[in-house]
Amino acid sequence: MKKELIRLVDCSMAFDGEIVLNAINLTIHDKEFLTLLGPSGCGKTTTLRIIGGFETPTAGDVFFDGERINHVPPHRRRVNTVFQKYALFPHFNVFENVAFGLRIAKTAEPELEERVHGALDLVGLKGYHRRRVHQLSGGQQQRVAIARAIVNRPQVLLLDEPLGALDLKLRKEMQHELKDIQQQVGITFVYVTHDQEEALTMSDAVVVMNHGNIQQIGTPVDIYNEPINAFVADFIGESNLIKGVMHRDYLVSFAGRRFECVDTGFDPDQPVDVVVRPEDVKMSAPQDGQLRGTVNSVTFKGVFYEIYVDSPGFEWMIHSTTAPKAGDEVGLNLNPEDIHVMDRPDLFPEGAEAMTMEELDPEPKFEDGENGDQT
Amino acid sequence: MKRRGGWLAGPYVVWMVLFTVIPMMLVVYFAFTGEDGRLTAGNFARLLDYGAVFGRSLGLAAISTAVCLLIGYPLAYVLSRESEAVRKSAMLLIMLPMWVNMLLRTYAWMSILENTGLLNQLLSAVGLPTLRIINTSAAVAIGMVYNYLPFMILPVLTVMLKIDKPVIEAAQDLGGNQATVFKRVIFPLSLPGVLSGITMVFVPSVSTFIISRLLGGGKTLLLGDLIEMQFLGNTYNPHLGSSISLVMMIIVLISMALMNRFGEGEEEVVVL
Ligand SMILES: Nc1ncnc2c1ncn2[C@@H]1O[C@H](COP(=O)(O)OP(=O)(O)OP(=O)(O)O)[C@@H](O)[C@H]1O
Ligand SMILES: [Mg+2]
Repeated sequence: MKKELIRLVDCSMAFDGEIVLNAINLTIHDKEFLTLLGPSGCGKTTTLRIIGGFETPTAGDVFFDGERINHVPPHRRRVNTVFQKYALFPHFNVFENVAFGLRIAKTAEPELEERVHGALDLVGLKGYHRRRVHQLSGGQQQRVAIARAIVNRPQVLLLDEPLGALDLKLRKEMQHELKDIQQQVGITFVYVTHDQEEALTMSDAVVVMNHGNIQQIGTPVDIYNEPINAFVADFIGESNLIKGVMHRDYLVSFAGRRFECVDTGFDPDQPVDVVVRPEDVKMSAPQDGQLRGTVNSVTFKGVFYEIYVDSPGFEWMIHSTTAPKAGDEVGLNLNPEDIHVMDRPDLFPEGAEAMTMEELDPEPKFEDGENGDQT
Repeated sequence: MKRRGGWLAGPYVVWMVLFTVIPMMLVVYFAFTGEDGRLTAGNFARLLDYGAVFGRSLGLAAISTAVCLLIGYPLAYVLSRESEAVRKSAMLLIMLPMWVNMLLRTYAWMSILENTGLLNQLLSAVGLPTLRIINTSAAVAIGMVYNYLPFMILPVLTVMLKIDKPVIEAAQDLGGNQATVFKRVIFPLSLPGVLSGITMVFVPSVSTFIISRLLGGGKTLLLGDLIEMQFLGNTYNPHLGSSISLVMMIIVLISMALMNRFGEGEEEVVVL
């Protein structure tokens, strides 16, 4: 693949003895769009701050272009940051905020002006250059923060939830803009978000984090289709998460029935977690189904209906463009390639992963049938 | 809303009228009347005789304010970067003398600066020539700086601590080293603190009389002494005293207004 640019090796961070990053290893390649995804407080910002130079890891090393940079101060790193809380300069107007980095780099005036206006144009703030920052809305301030970082054409741009304050439409537009900028200028993006859809649509690589641990690193497709454990499956998109037993290669049983699947490499009769995406559960006439159930509820969601079907021992969440009526008997069918079998982490030996798993406790979620709502 | 809460301001209005407006009017009345109670501008004409006192007072106040700024600003900057524990104990040390009576503090300086005082004993002990400081303007300036320095440090430090840490980090992130970050972010953002610090040192310096009396030995007559003499001294003349007070107040107000203008101007310059 591409050249390796940034590498975190066994990076740990503790604040007052509380571990917030637990020996993470992460490689970021040149010109890559990498997204850190995870719930609030999982250590995304902390990871960015280590890369930006605002925190020194309590253990482990940070490499940039092969050089150890643990103690290189922020102003000597070829990295710019879009801060989570914008951090604009209150005593400057919009123009001077954006020009700040260029002035320090002693950029000649005509070029400086051109680049500042170009950057403001890019974030949709043309004509706002004379405004004071406190006269801007939150979303506008956020876009000034983006312009202020981008204008310097850094090798790496760290973006900490840069679109968090924007409305849906503007956010989609800015997602495109950012992706375009990233590809055109060829900047490496390290992007933080807790919006899984944003992560999946924009990234080359997604890093799913929880409680200071990296759960999985992969392409959006990999992460979505092959979640490594129940946490990832649950965090990335909605899913049916059900306990099962892997009898042998290609054969798993759950929901009181044996299913053909495509997974291999488990111990004989190993307990596993099984994930099935709601859009992969196909409904049929009751007699044609691998499973049978009663429709519990049907909710219109715009593009699809969200349907809950009670079948013995499990309540299935189904996304479908056709809707049965509540109370209907339906059959349910699963294709072997849509059944994702994964290790059940609570059976792991005590160790690194153990602490993240206490959280999971999938059982209650199934019982109340609301397991799709935790994004 | 505004109207309904209006009565809450009542007690303060009464207070202000009783203790600010009425006394001010009395000062103005006395300043513009003679001993015979007739309207006159004669008091102000007599002020010309005291031009030297005005000059000395304003000059000394300006010097002590400048010295306070020179000492206080860097100290505040250093403290703002220290850990909270260090900063708190340093602040305690800075504030501690303020809890001692001002008269006592100034007497202490007398015994330090006296011709046979601690300073000169120290100097002669190490074989250096002794200094004559007591009863000079220098002694008065030292006394002012010592007494009013905390009033410079506190507002500057407060403003510096209020600067958002991420804003400083953003400046570093954009390539600013420590000097640049100071010049382009911390200094401009600390100016409001500097302005109030200057006000809080300059105003009491211009009107002090204890410091000049004790450390200046009556030779360094300041406005404060002059005014005090008109009310309590044997030259009892409240009309002259009031006119001096009035003029002093106007001078202070004008210099504060000028400075605020300058402060705003500064900000605009930085903003472009
Ligand atoms: N300076 C600090 N001192 C003490 N604890 C901190 C500090 N910075 C972060 N933490 C803690 O570290 C943990 C991770 O914080 P971090 O800011 O990295 O989370 P995050 O993933 O960015 O969350 P969010 O999505 O809410 O921004 C949190 O529990 C937080 O309380
Ligand atoms: Mg964060």
